[in-house]
Order: sequence, then C-alpha cells, then structure tokens
Amino acid sequence: MFDLELSEEQRLVHDTVASFARDEIRPLARPSDETGAIPQAIVDKGFELGLVQGALPEEHGGYGEVRSAVTGAIVAEELAFGDLAIALHLLSPRLVAYPVLDLGTPEQRARFLPRFAEAFHPAAAAVVEPRFDFDTMRYATTARRDNGAWILNGAKCFVPLAADSDVMLVLAQLAGAEQAQGAFLVERGATGLAIGEREKNMGVKALATYEVTLKDVVVPAAMRLGGDDAASLDLLVDRSRVALAALAVGVARAAYEYSRDYAKERKAFGVPIAQKQAIAFMLAEMAIEIDAARLLVWEAAWTIDRGKPATRESALAKRYAASTVLKVADNALQVLGGHGYVRDHPVELWLRNARGFTAFEGLAIV
Amino acid sequence: MIDFELSDRIQNSRQMVHMVAEQMMRPISREYDEREHEKPWDFLKTMWSVSGSAPIGNDKSEAASSADGPRESNLASCVTIEELSWGDAGLYLTIPNAGLGGAAVLAAGTPDQKKRFLSRFKEGEPKWGAMAITEPHCGSDSAAIQTTAVRDGDHWVLNGTKIFCTSGSMAAEKSDGFVVVWATVDKKAGRAGIKSFVVEAHTPGMKVVKCEDKLGIRASDTAMIVFEDCRIPLDNVLGSADVQSATEGFKGAMATFDATRPLVAASALGIGRAALDFTREALERAGVTVRYGANPATLTALERDFMEMEADLQAARLLTWRAAWMMDRGKRNNLEASMAKAKAGLAVTRVTQKAVEILGPLGYSRNLLLEKWMRDAKINDIFEGTQQINMLVVARRILGYSSKELS
Repeated sequence: MFDLELSEEQRLVHDTVASFARDEIRPLARPSDETGAIPQAIVDKGFELGLVQGALPEEHGGYGEVRSAVTGAIVAEELAFGDLAIALHLLSPRLVAYPVLDLGTPEQRARFLPRFAEAFHPAAAAVVEPRFDFDTMRYATTARRDNGAWILNGAKCFVPLAADSDVMLVLAQLAGAEQAQGAFLVERGATGLAIGEREKNMGVKALATYEVTLKDVVVPAAMRLGGDDAASLDLLVDRSRVALAALAVGVARAAYEYSRDYAKERKAFGVPIAQKQAIAFMLAEMAIEIDAARLLVWEAAWTIDRGKPATRESALAKRYAASTVLKVADNALQVLGGHGYVRDHPVELWLRNARGFTAFEGLAIV
Repeated sequence: MIDFELSDRIQNSRQMVHMVAEQMMRPISREYDEREHEKPWDFLKTMWSVSGSAPIGNDKSEAASSADGPRESNLASCVTIEELSWGDAGLYLTIPNAGLGGAAVLAAGTPDQKKRFLSRFKEGEPKWGAMAITEPHCGSDSAAIQTTAVRDGDHWVLNGTKIFCTSGSMAAEKSDGFVVVWATVDKKAGRAGIKSFVVEAHTPGMKVVKCEDKLGIRASDTAMIVFEDCRIPLDNVLGSADVQSATEGFKGAMATFDATRPLVAASALGIGRAALDFTREALERAGVTVRYGANPATLTALERDFMEMEADLQAARLLTWRAAWMMDRGKRNNLEASMAKAKAGLAVTRVTQKAVEILGPLGYSRNLLLEKWMRDAKINDIFEGTQQINMLVVARRILGYSSKELS
C-alpha cells in the first residue's frame, strides 16, 4: 500500500546521519575542498555510525542489519547535504564490500569482508573509463581468459582511494562475449597494475581519485566476483546509480536551503529579495524538483529492495537527479549573484560538485 | 514504511476503469472533440449508473483509519482519474458527479449541508455539481471577485457574472445539480467577506448565457453564468454565515484546492501517459528501443527525449500521489498539492508537445488522437490555479510569507 512514511528505524538513522552531516561534515566542506584533505577524525566518526559495517553479516564482523537501498538513499542524501567529497570518501569501502556481499562467492566473502568491519578500510572500484562514450553496458577494459586465469587490459579513471587500497574492484568487458561484463578483485601490487598521479578535478576535490591502467594484469579465476558462475553486474550498476542520485539530491538540497535563507536576509529595493517573484519562483522550482527527484530515487531504491529489475528506474532517477542538482546549484548561485561566485560562500563549490554527476558512475553504492 | 505499490483494491479498480477508458471513451473521443457542445448521453448515463458517484475531497470525518486499513480515497481518486483521462480528459470532465462543487461542500460545508447537497448524487437521473469562482475581470486573484451576496430576510440575493465554470451548464440547467458560487458579503472586508454559496439548479435569477468554444477538452462545457437577483435560502452559505474578523471564510473556500489540485494533476498525468504510450508504440514499430542503462553521451536524441518525458511524468505522478496520500492520512498538504499541480500541468504540457514534435505528421494529424491530447493537456497548466499561482503558493509556503509579503 502506497506509503511515504519512514519506518521508525529509518527515522532514527536519518536523524543521526543528518545531524552528523550538518554539524560535523559541513564545517569541513570548504577547508577540505581547499586543501584536498579529509581529516582522519571525521572518517573515524563516520565509520562509528556504522555506514559500512552496519549491513555486513555478523559472521564477518558486521552488525547484520537488514540492508535497504531506501535507507541507503536516505543516508546518502544526508551525507551529501554535508559535503559530497566527504560523503563519497566515507562511503567508499562499500564499493568493494557491497559487491562482494551481493555477488561474491562464500570464499570471497570470508576473505574480503572482515577487514571492512574492523575500521575504515580504504577500497576502490574502477568503473569509469577516460572516454566521452564510456558505457557501463560495454567497457573498453577487457578481461580475457587464459590458462584458468583472467588477463585484464584497459584504463580507468575516477577511481577513489586507489593509492591507499589493498584491493580494487575492476569492471571489464569479457572478451569473446559481446554482452557480458565481469568484476575482478585486483590486489595491490599486481604486475601490470599502475596507479597514476592523483587526479585534479573541477569538483569533489577532497576526494582522492586516480587514473588506473591495467596492462596484462593476471587475475586468478577465483578472484572474479562470483567466480565462474558470476551473476550479471546490472544490480551493481543500478545500486550505484541510486546512490549517486541520492547524493545529487543531497547536494541540491544544500544549495537550495542556503540560497533560500540568503534570499530572506538579503535586501534590495527595501525588501528581502525572496519577496520578489523572480527569486521566489526560482526557489519554488528548486523545492519542487528536489522533492520530485527524491521520490524517483526512493522508488528506484524500493524497486531494488523488492528484488525486481531496476535498470529503468535507477537510470531515470539518476538522469533526473543529475540534471536537477545542476539546475538547482546554478540557480542557487544566481540567487546570491556575485556573492555566489566568490569562495566565501559555499555555493560555487556545490555547483562544481553538481556538474560531476553526469560523468560519475560507480563512485558509491547503496 | 516506504512503499510505492498501490493497494490491491486500487489496482483492481484501476483495471476496471482502464477498460472503461479503452472501450467506452477512446472510441468516441474524436467525435465529441469535433461535436463541441454536444453530450455523449449514452456514455454519461452508463457512467452515472455504474459509478457510486461518491464525492471526493477532504472530509475530515472519514480521515481516521477504518477497519480496512488507512483511508486511501484521495489516492484512489487520483488513480481512477488518471485512467479516465488516459481515455479522454474532456469526457472525464463531463462525467456526471458532484465535481468541484462537491469538493467545496466537503471542504467547507456543515454535516447537514453535506447530506443535503450530496446525497442526490447517489440516486435518480444524472446530476452535476460545479464551482463558479472566476469572473470576467479576475481569475487568479480570486479575492477580487465582485459578485455580491446580500442578505434579505431569510435569503441571500446574488448578483454578478461568473465565467469558466466547468460543467456549469450541466449543473445549473441540464440536471438537478448545483453550483457553488463564490461571492462577497462585504466588499470592504476583502478576503474575509468572501463566502461560498450553493445555488440549486433551475433557481430563478441564475442563467447560463454562454458555453465557451475552446482549444481542447471540448466535450466538457465551460459556462458563463449570470446571477441577477438570484435568491437562495440563508442556510445555503457553506459553513458559517458570520463574516470572520480574520480570513477564515476565504481560507475555508481555498482549502477546497488542497483536495482538488492533486485530482487535476492526476487528470494531467492520464493525458501525458496517453501521449507517452502512443509515442512508445510508434517508436517500437519503427524499431527504436530506449536503452535505459546506456551512457547519456551515447544515446540518440529520440532516446534522450523519451527518457526525459518518462521521468518528468513519473516525477509528477509521485508528487501527485504524495499530495493525495497526505490528505488521506489527515496531513496538511497545501504545499504539496500546489507542488503537484504546478509540476503536472507543466510536465504534461511539455510531454504532449514533445510527443507531437517527435511523431511529426503522425503527431499533427487529426486522424490520430495525439494532437487532441496536446490541446487537452494545456488546460491543466491553467485551471484550478495556473502554474504561476501554484508556484506562488509553493513560494509562500517554503519562505513562510503571507500573501501580503509575497504577492
């Protein structure tokens, strides 16, 4: 039966994460963007909230909480309301932990999950490729079967925390199989795996991302996610899109609320500019589109939670949220005028972060 | 608990209503678009006989949970209306029922008035209810209405001219329905002086002088009604007869919109879905499939357009269902109702216009229904509060401004 009320547990999670994001992450947003560094203290605090280990099974050291993509979307929105780069950093261990949990063999779970339950453990997923026509339906990175192992070749970018990770999940096209993709657990130091310089991006500057190249990297067959009978990776892509869409809603809300409050303070022609329809209507449109995007995200997440195919829902939600956050951030900056353009205010940061969502894939997962 | 699945009851009724839309409405859709001002009586009588004709709205007495679970009548109405409008929005608007007049009675009437005015919709010949707010010189600024109600002993005497009254002709003259008329009892009192009055059909002094020729929704009559010394009983004023010191009377009347705006949004969704379904089928016949999972940079313009239409319509649908769901749960939904209406009106206007563009000659031809849906769709961006008025309501609520502070 149609219902939009959060469960009691979701309400609790929401409130906890929301105040953490507002009170502790947000003050770090600007300094982290300027220095490119995220303080370890906030990372540890985020871990203590159970962001990663909460949904891991008790047998692997986690709390064994029921995993819900809807709850994941709620958490992601709130974290990004604090700061997108810090949110992506805090959530990054999931990029390996959740795929292993969802699609891994029992051996892979036993081997890789416990490390994520102990403390914040850097992990990376290599999904995006440095091409304009990068496509999750057809990676240019290839995996070729050779003598019972896999040989990986290709280039990846936007790989978060790659330099600090001891294991990286690499998504690749299976050679000889037009439609099939595989995910591979590649360990640090593998021959042929090269991690480039830290990337310099327009936004999410506090998130350390890297270009990664793979040249004839040999991966044992047992390290293909799910082994030889691996399931489709569609679920991972869908979960990633829902997470990114939820993060986009959080960034949009940050920009909207800031510009709304500014518009009520800033006076022109003797009245707050919010009392002018030109400004008020921009704010009204932001409010409507943010709610619309959130509902699409929740619906896609709910579809995943029911175990139904969600490619359509998650793709539409991500497209909608990505275009909404860009428009909202741009209009928010416009509301502040010149003040929006200077770095004393956070709106220019949100606009830079917002622009990334059309390019982002596989940077987070619910 | 977040859940996007409609209850079995709503899903079942949706299937039945869809059959009505497909088998009874679509076949006569073009005919009654072209024969403007004529009524499909067979269809109307059938609809009257099969429907419980239950009025819709925010009757607080029903708001509590029942034995069957939480109330969901507003959401159910949204789903029904979407299906009927998928069939034909003009025909949907002219189905005999209490309509917006009924919603006004539910929102502002006393228990006695609800019984007196609404019980007729469960029996006898087909009847219509209508609501008359707009006047020749004022539309969105509904506080500026000039129609007067003057007390004379045991009666109110109404004088003024109303326009754009949906089903006005059917409610005032062609059935034993009624028209809810907004009038001022004290022009100096501004909004506080505005009240709504129920005028029974065939009351002397009430006359339909014109039915508009329109761009779309041609099966639905849009009446101009003149009130000339029209005398109605004293207790036909909805709610209390006192002029409140504050703006209570006007607010009561405005509260009607919280119930009706999601319903108008739902009608918009039905037209949009008709256009979207039609476009999808045409693309499929041409061998075009939409690759939802693909990178945006690799999509064709057609795929992009189609995905944008689909997402926009679903976004509008979820906003609409949210507003209806809130009313069902007894939550205040003034903000959310206006959000839904503003979004749906605009989304369906864009979606239908884009569909005509995509399908070229197929979209423009009167041999097919798409061009009609585009014409029908536009009204949703206008009536029951234009897009701009709804944006204004949203803006006031998110900013915490009164209508004086943000006008």
